[in-house]
Amino acid sequence: MISDLLSATVIIGIISSGIRLATPYLFASIGEMFGQRSGVLNLGVEGQMLLGSFVAFYVTLETNNVWLGVLAAMGVGALMGLAMAFITINLHATQGISGIGFYLFGMGMSNLLFQKLVGTVEGVKGFQKISVPLLGKIPVIGEIFFNHNALVYLAFLLVPVAWFVLNKTTLGLKIRAVGENPEAVDSLGVSVAGIRYLTVIMGGVFSGIAGASLSIALLNVFQQNMTAGQGFIAVALVYFGGWKPFGILGGALLFSMINALQLWIQVLGIPIPAELAVMMPYILTILVLTLSVSKGQGPSALTKVFEREG
Amino acid sequence: MSPKQATADLHLKDRAGSIFDQLMPIFATLAALLVGAIFLVLLGANPLTAYGALAQGAFGSFNAFAETLVKATPLLLVGLGTCIAYRGSVMNIGGEGQMIIGAILSTWFGLTFTELPGWLAIVIAMLLGILGGMIWGGIPGILKAYFNVNEILSTVMMNAIAVQIMNFLMRGPMIDPVQREASSQIPQTARLLESYRLPRLSPTRLHLGLLIAILLAVAVYFLLWRTTLGYRIRAVGQSQPASKYGGIDVKKHIVVALLLSGAFAGLAGMMQVYGVNYRMITDGSATGFTGNAGFNGIVAALFGQLHPLITIPASVLFGGLLVGANAMQRVVQVPSALITALNGLVVVFVVSSEFFRKRSQKRRLSQSGTEQAKPEEAEMQQEAGEA
Repeated sequence: MISDLLSATVIIGIISSGIRLATPYLFASIGEMFGQRSGVLNLGVEGQMLLGSFVAFYVTLETNNVWLGVLAAMGVGALMGLAMAFITINLHATQGISGIGFYLFGMGMSNLLFQKLVGTVEGVKGFQKISVPLLGKIPVIGEIFFNHNALVYLAFLLVPVAWFVLNKTTLGLKIRAVGENPEAVDSLGVSVAGIRYLTVIMGGVFSGIAGASLSIALLNVFQQNMTAGQGFIAVALVYFGGWKPFGILGGALLFSMINALQLWIQVLGIPIPAELAVMMPYILTILVLTLSVSKGQGPSALTKVFEREG
Repeated sequence: MSPKQATADLHLKDRAGSIFDQLMPIFATLAALLVGAIFLVLLGANPLTAYGALAQGAFGSFNAFAETLVKATPLLLVGLGTCIAYRGSVMNIGGEGQMIIGAILSTWFGLTFTELPGWLAIVIAMLLGILGGMIWGGIPGILKAYFNVNEILSTVMMNAIAVQIMNFLMRGPMIDPVQREASSQIPQTARLLESYRLPRLSPTRLHLGLLIAILLAVAVYFLLWRTTLGYRIRAVGQSQPASKYGGIDVKKHIVVALLLSGAFAGLAGMMQVYGVNYRMITDGSATGFTGNAGFNGIVAALFGQLHPLITIPASVLFGGLLVGANAMQRVVQVPSALITALNGLVVVFVVSSEFFRKRSQKRRLSQSGTEQAKPEEAEMQQEAGEA
């Protein structure tokens, strides 16, 4: 039965679903990366994703408009990002534990709203596959890369855009400088708080989209705790990717491919305990953190409170 | 006014200010309840009715209060571990996983060795629960100390891994033989022998675990403020460079903080089996077994200002919220998940209120002329004074 895994259809299937499953990781990790590059570690990603996921699902269910769903998720993510920014930047709250607070809040709130407003597991008509003209018709390649829904394309497009913004624009320079040496940036008259507000809110927006991608593009249902730790893995991916967009892309693909493999192992009934298969991404996360953190250096001002003198 | 009088006046003001500081977590919780009231209104429920039902359900009768104490026990244990770890600046979020592994080891023991005297079995089961928690906490500890792995991320991952181990064991190797034959295949273990169960205060479910947890709270207080080990853990938490300069092995104490913290959670897991359910059962998630105690214990400890003795009433309060939430759900039809959301807000508000506490402390210090002392140092001095 192991040989089933090696047939062409299965391999194409695994790679294709791997690419789809990278979507939430990419959105959440890239958003988190901007926050961390400016010095703020947001551990509430999981909570932002859960709430974004529910809101997108609910709005889509009510309006039948997936884009309104995404917009609502972005709004919720932005609000949670704003709250996170306020308490960590203005009130100097410890970043790690604040994130856990927002995680609990997002988890409780999404469960609460789901039970109150929806109640039963219900499907929704989510994003549909778009076959890219011409490219989508190429055998194998077309199936793997060019037959996905809009959010998948957007997620992959985000990687080069994020790279460009971070490395080639003044804003990117400011973000990086704030994360490395906030005192120097401040002395040049750039608002450290302003930049951090921007990146943390933006991170929330992307986490919201990441949540939406689960509930209205990949699975098209909402379940309690449906993110199952993906928000935390997304934070770990930022470390793994060395705080660089293309590094994160590599990490996200590694994880999503393992996820896809794990799903196919279950589908094909290969006699590996399902629990062991589900465990793989988490074990991998720990291994990856162990092997990468000691080498790569993060932003110097990460998790440090910035306070103006006087 | 004579100078003497002025000083006395200032001291009085100091005292009042510092009492105000101590009350910060209560204000934070009231703020969370206020936000909760807004949610309740938005969901079409009367907040007064809802909170009334909650209080009634948690503290309204002897049985209700006993149930609150049952829920408070794992919160207190996890909270004590949190006090130790966070005092050492180690953010252990792995209570859920540590509870599960502790419970697995102790349950395996209780179901395998059935010929022992009850008290001996319980003692060994406790030690195994502690061992399980220490293993699951120690791994992130070593990874943090020697490989610079963020412990929040690693402990969250360890939680997810523990859940899958539990699911695997409950569905296969450790499943109740009756369920193995039955078509229902409920993923649960067999029940423990009656002689292996922790004594209860009948007719309630309140078990000996609460008493043990309270004694341990006193022990943790002594550990943190009366022993060298406790002093070193706190020193590492205050400033790693200073500790290193003072000859403290920082890495070792990070590992010790996580080991101890895991030990308490592991014991909490053991007590859920030996005191409450008498078997392990899984619904596929961590919450099904722990009831979120691994997270709520952190909330209780933060509310208790990371002080083991204040964590006792804090655990009772949050245990009450959990028990009362079910009553609230029945009366105003608002899902009990609201409490999880409110606990999140309590965390957010408590860590935010730290800012106001430090600011007023700073202001008081500069008034009394010790402007040079930084708030953290002052805190350390204050603690040294207490000890």
